[in-house]
Amino acid sequence: MYQSTITVTLRPSILDVQGKAVEHSLHTLGLTHVANVRVGKSIHLTIDVPTEEEAKRITDEACKKLLANPVMEDYTFTVSKI
Amino acid sequence: MSAKIKFGVVVFPGSNCDHDAYHAIKHVLHQEAEFLWHKETDLKNSDVIILPGGFSYGDYLRTGAIARFSPIMNEVVAFANKGGVVIGICNGFQILCEAGLLPGVLLRNQSLLFACKYVYLRVEHSDSRFTSEHQAGDVIRVPIAHGEGNYFAEPDVIRSLEENGQVLFRYCDEKGAITAEANPNGSLNNIAGIMNKNGNVMGMMPHPERACEAQLGSSDGRKIFESLVNSFVVQAVS
Repeated sequence: MYQSTITVTLRPSILDVQGKAVEHSLHTLGLTHVANVRVGKSIHLTIDVPTEEEAKRITDEACKKLLANPVMEDYTFTVSKI
Repeated sequence: MSAKIKFGVVVFPGSNCDHDAYHAIKHVLHQEAEFLWHKETDLKNSDVIILPGGFSYGDYLRTGAIARFSPIMNEVVAFANKGGVVIGICNGFQILCEAGLLPGVLLRNQSLLFACKYVYLRVEHSDSRFTSEHQAGDVIRVPIAHGEGNYFAEPDVIRSLEENGQVLFRYCDEKGAITAEANPNGSLNNIAGIMNKNGNVMGMMPHPERACEAQLGSSDGRKIFESLVNSFVVQAVS
């Protein structure tokens, strides 16, 4: 059994208006050194397969087919045995 | 009297403009309309498929991302690929983009606010089955109601949309000028509605189906449906 942790974020070329709003808010709180805030999603799933390769392949397929839209998003993931 | 055109209105869990579309088609345009539940796999001989506005699957993950995998969408995609006419309004536009039937994507409005108001749209040309009753440059007044209507695509995609005349509607001011102030969501080139290269699939964020009767504030949306109905009549004659 493997645990996949997937992070989906807007591609760097796309203005992240949500990130900008959060950044402004952080600046208002006095955290003025904060910059480049990007808001993304964290998706967690378990995969019941015998090998890490298989778990990675399935995670990648899930990202490509549903979890991320390549027109606007990038994704990264890690897979660990549980 | 020619035969009526049959519109199939797809209902996803969370659709909320399905009845508006049904009403406009059946009671204003006097054509045939039937609801198609998203779990069905039969388009019931519809001539046109409408993917209505709403919040299918609560907009979970991304707008339209989960609806795109509803059972009926296999049929809708096959229908569109065979030249069948498909319209996506608001959430329907988002679903068409997720399904790959139209290019690009609808991002969060630049203001981060849900935009619910009347806007003006400039009809870019009349050389499509969705705008044939219009003149190029016509300004129409229709409502919008969305949080993710900010049309985005890569520069080469935008260029090809523009070159092929696939941009049908742009946000404009009352006089038809395309300005940043008239853009309610940050869409590139003020794009409000596009069609595919073959001219049989159209998506738009504004709601023409809610603007088909003067009593509702505007009847400017009606010509879009009339263009479509007439395109079938012309087809049958020629």
